[in-house]
Amino acid sequence: MTVADTADYLPFVLRGIYVTIALSVCSLLVATALGLLGAWAKLSKFSAARGMAETYTTLVRGVPDLVLMLLLYYGGQAIVNRIGDATGLWERAELDPFTVAVAAIGVIFGSYMTETFRGAYLSIPRGQSEGGKALGLSGWLLFRLVLWPQLMRNAMPSFTNNWLSLMKTTALASVMGLENIVNKATAAGRATHQPFTFIAIVLIIYLCLTVASDVGLRVLARRLRVAETI
Amino acid sequence: METTWSTLQDFSPIDLGVITANWPLFAKGLINTLLLVLIPLLLAVAIAVPLAVIRAQRVRVFNRIVFCYTYVFRGTPLLVQLYLLYYGAAQFEFVRHSFLWPVLRGAWGCAFVSITLCSAAYLTEILRGAIEGVPKGEVEAAKALGLSGVRLFWLIVFPSAWRRSLPPLSNEVIFTLHGSVVASTITIVDILGAGRMLNNKYYLAAEGLVTAAVLYLALTFLITAVFRGLERKYLSHLKLSRS
Repeated sequence: MTVADTADYLPFVLRGIYVTIALSVCSLLVATALGLLGAWAKLSKFSAARGMAETYTTLVRGVPDLVLMLLLYYGGQAIVNRIGDATGLWERAELDPFTVAVAAIGVIFGSYMTETFRGAYLSIPRGQSEGGKALGLSGWLLFRLVLWPQLMRNAMPSFTNNWLSLMKTTALASVMGLENIVNKATAAGRATHQPFTFIAIVLIIYLCLTVASDVGLRVLARRLRVAETI
Repeated sequence: METTWSTLQDFSPIDLGVITANWPLFAKGLINTLLLVLIPLLLAVAIAVPLAVIRAQRVRVFNRIVFCYTYVFRGTPLLVQLYLLYYGAAQFEFVRHSFLWPVLRGAWGCAFVSITLCSAAYLTEILRGAIEGVPKGEVEAAKALGLSGVRLFWLIVFPSAWRRSLPPLSNEVIFTLHGSVVASTITIVDILGAGRMLNNKYYLAAEGLVTAAVLYLALTFLITAVFRGLERKYLSHLKLSRS
């Protein structure tokens, strides 16, 4: 109940920041990959691909993050066990909450990223790819030299928003037992009888992460815009 | 009908019987979720309208304070805000002896307060954007007709602003619905709580959560449909001018 107790538990809680940041970054990578894939599918000329991408974004965005996360965790566990039983390859494999959280958050934000990249692609003026073609570029080169840089620039504002909400979503992973800062802070709060102190620290840490990303991405967006003004 | 149901059950990878047998549990969850969304949303609108005016009019000092409020509540996870109230408030003697204690003592009070404050923060910024988006000409025309102050706001600016904020408002209502699931982590039996309860009771992996997902999906579609109707009614003048 003393200040010393609080200080003792602080490093324990702060180690959770690493888990939170690692989870955010890994999920962002999955989400970006899925978003690019989804946007490609939504813009493709194959109606099957369009339909699949449309179903994916509608379903995922209609269900709360936590529901999907828990469904993937418990449902995934059951499927893994059933495969193990059927094939006899493993007795009982435990799904790692970190991996499940990365998959779940990646899938959830992949659907938001799909809309981000689709919108960014659609806002590139037609003349750009026509101009590129007129200069003799085609296929991969046209995409890499002309479309990709503009796609990234257009996607920045929405990408930033997605990243900010993705970071906040990682807090929910504590519900399925992942030892992130939220989980560690509630444990430390119980042990020291100072729940407010520790949860307030978590709140401040999340706020710092938000401010840092906000400022960092704004600088990046300004640098990407430089090309526009030339 | 009977045979269709039994064939459906035969082919379904999940046990449908256990879900239908426990429908009162999900009905209770549905009602609790609706309470957790509708009451906080109404309170949040009441808080957000004056705050949005302060932000849009750049009222000195207050604008800063309101901005800090919206930034903190939009920049941190709702789950952590809720935990801070639910687990944290009891740490202080003075809170336990204050008039707030009857509200903060139970899970429901904490859930209502945190969902309300979080939604109000988002709504404030949505409405601020909408108020700032009201064409200057409309305000100038109203001033030329002799309107000012509160009458100018209620008769001209607000009706125009709330129509403009319908599309982001639809998203915000869906976010509030999706955010309300945090209540299930503090013992409240909302839709997700009902799903988890079913799973725990019968040692199931998916049934309860799949049912919860389907119910949330249905509510999301319902909200989208309602707002599409509202937009058709109240934004039809904008559509005409565009074509």
